[in-house]
Amino acid sequence: MKKLMIGNAAIARGAYEAGATMATAYPGTPSTEIVSSFAKYDGVYAEWSPNEKVAMEVGAGASIGGARTLVAMKHVGVNVAADPLYTFAYTGVNGGLVIVSGDDPGMHSSQNEQDNRGYGRFAKLPVLEPADSQEALDFTRLAFDISEEFDTPVMLRITTRLAHSQTLVEEGEVKSRPLKEYKKNAAKYVMLPGNARMRHIEVEKRMLKLQEYAETASLNRIEWGTKELGIITSGVVYQYVKESLPGVSVLKLGITNPLPQQLIRSFAAQVDRLVIIEELEPVIEEQVKSWGIKVEGKELFTLLGEYSPEMIGERLANVTPAPGYGLDKEIPARPPLMCPGCPHRGVFHTLRKMKLVVMGDIGCYTLGALSPLDGMDACICMGASIGSAMGMEKARGEEFASKTVAVIGDSTFVHSGITALIDVVYNQGTSTVLILDNDTTAMTGHQEHPATGVTIRQQPTNKLDIEGLVRAIGVKTVRVVDPLKLDQLEAVLKEELNRREPSVIITKRPCVLLNRTPDAGKYYVDNDLCTGCKLCLKAGCSGIYYLEEEKKAVMHSSCLACGICPQLCKFDAIKKVEG
Amino acid sequence: MQSQTTNILIVGVGGQGTLLSSRIIAQVAVQMGYDVKVSEVHGMAQRGGSVVTQVRYGEKIYSPIIKKGDADVILAFEKIEAARWLDYLKPDGLVIINNERVNPLPVMSGKAKYPDDIHEKVAALIKKTVVVDATDIAIRCGNIKAANVVLVGMVSQALGLPAEEVEKAIRAIVPAKAVDVNLQAFQYGARHLTN
Repeated sequence: MKKLMIGNAAIARGAYEAGATMATAYPGTPSTEIVSSFAKYDGVYAEWSPNEKVAMEVGAGASIGGARTLVAMKHVGVNVAADPLYTFAYTGVNGGLVIVSGDDPGMHSSQNEQDNRGYGRFAKLPVLEPADSQEALDFTRLAFDISEEFDTPVMLRITTRLAHSQTLVEEGEVKSRPLKEYKKNAAKYVMLPGNARMRHIEVEKRMLKLQEYAETASLNRIEWGTKELGIITSGVVYQYVKESLPGVSVLKLGITNPLPQQLIRSFAAQVDRLVIIEELEPVIEEQVKSWGIKVEGKELFTLLGEYSPEMIGERLANVTPAPGYGLDKEIPARPPLMCPGCPHRGVFHTLRKMKLVVMGDIGCYTLGALSPLDGMDACICMGASIGSAMGMEKARGEEFASKTVAVIGDSTFVHSGITALIDVVYNQGTSTVLILDNDTTAMTGHQEHPATGVTIRQQPTNKLDIEGLVRAIGVKTVRVVDPLKLDQLEAVLKEELNRREPSVIITKRPCVLLNRTPDAGKYYVDNDLCTGCKLCLKAGCSGIYYLEEEKKAVMHSSCLACGICPQLCKFDAIKKVEG
Repeated sequence: MQSQTTNILIVGVGGQGTLLSSRIIAQVAVQMGYDVKVSEVHGMAQRGGSVVTQVRYGEKIYSPIIKKGDADVILAFEKIEAARWLDYLKPDGLVIINNERVNPLPVMSGKAKYPDDIHEKVAALIKKTVVVDATDIAIRCGNIKAANVVLVGMVSQALGLPAEEVEKAIRAIVPAKAVDVNLQAFQYGARHLTN
């Protein structure tokens, strides 16, 4: 019987059916559930790697060792993994290797919306784009065959809408695949210039063969309708085209690198008007235009954000947009925010209070940038906080550094903060670095990492000692504080900012969603003492709110009694419920 | 089997349990032999942001997302979220609003006021508007967390989904120890709409 699966679970299933025995990843929305789903199958190895580069390298080793291997990451993770990926594209594979890039048009949960189909062209990899969960399963299975047949890693490019939409899937048979034989082959796998020059020749030959393959592959198909309008599209946008333009001719591309030039020429020749609809970059359009084919694309459809069925109907079927009621313009926005009881809140409240320059990083704590905490000056990518604080200091001097901190989470520090801290010590910076240790990778849904001491399969393992690591790097002063104790945190911050050498403050408290402690008690607002001054609201917590009518603060049922707002109240109006 | 597509938009605040509701309704549609697509929200918005989950079923479904003006039902777990997504409703569509207020960040920080009468404004525009205290009903069922299944009961009643199919889906999806509470929550919800 068919069952509903999100695209990510279907990819894991496809890999399992193809006989993949290895999967590696660093968590990142929208790709996280791929390897966490794969880890639930018996007889396979799966790991959370410390970062995407390591995931790619472990994947490459597994492939050279003869195992079919799945490597998954979000689009910006591919940037981290790009170094091994580009050269692994030269060596090619032994066991098939499929790398999944989870792109995020619309930036539901990302810092940019780069289009990773560009990697296919740049690194010379075949790129497959499924349009629903069934295709996610089927394409993944097929991708392993393509990988071995053409001796290349294959990129499966998905978007958030595919990754997190459930559609019906028919599961197939699970093939058991013994490891391929491993034979030493230095000419193929040791990328010294002499060998790499030879491999580059193979890469170019391979791309020609892949182009030939794409011309007739079942991955690409034409659905003929009226010849007045022909659409070329791929991925989930195909579904929007079918929804909004019933009856037009569609060339649905399942393999978007390399493109099937003859197939596209023949399709173009048979339709009166040709339009390419692709989210983000004009990757297909620019190539088709370069062949001298008349086609419309980005003059009709934006480079920005996620597409929708109505957008396509409005541009190409003269559908008038629904008038709407306009009520959405009357109501306040609802950006995401830290949870009630979140240990990060105390940190950002204190940083704002001390008016510090905060070089931030990627995680739940990036939400500390939002009002009313307003506690961040910059946030670029995973691990950037420490390096950018160092850069600020070297540009503006030590005096400025005494008002600057880097803020990074535990999982992000392990991912890519460590080398920047080495730089600070090596090049004699004085940075004060806060490692917000909540014992998990919270934002993506609480994945384990090396400093949690637990594997993806919940097995106990060595627990990376962050404090010991930081000391070994050469940081002499390491302080551990509870981020809910605001006075203590502020005092430690003052001391360390004044220290003219690097120091690390580890704020240690588990994510509140991991350790819900209903026995922590409850707070209430004493109406007689509350003056309505709103100081407590500066915590930006949904666990306490303000009643305009009564000019009083009130606790909300979601309060988890973390004790931050009572520390902000100057009138002792927020009290613990006794008993 | 009806030939036209049914579109349900489930909106709320990250952490309110919209995902479970959509999964139950989708499972019912699967059991009934429909083509089904569900679009979910994971990641950052789940941290207290505005979230929308979309369920579509019918003979053949292409897009996993619903067009503006095309939703048969908007199920709002929170009052202002109903208003935020109202443009997605069909002209004769149904809005079910849980009478729950969750302050968004701009309200908490005093930069905006919470429009406490927003459900009345929705009701003035939309003939088929139902406001319910799903949380109160869930508490009567014995678990405040079952509010989402109370709302599932109301939607399935409105769409004419067979009760036995919904109960089967609840048994399949909800953890064993929570089945009884949720079955009761479903029945309360279904009855509430009939009344």
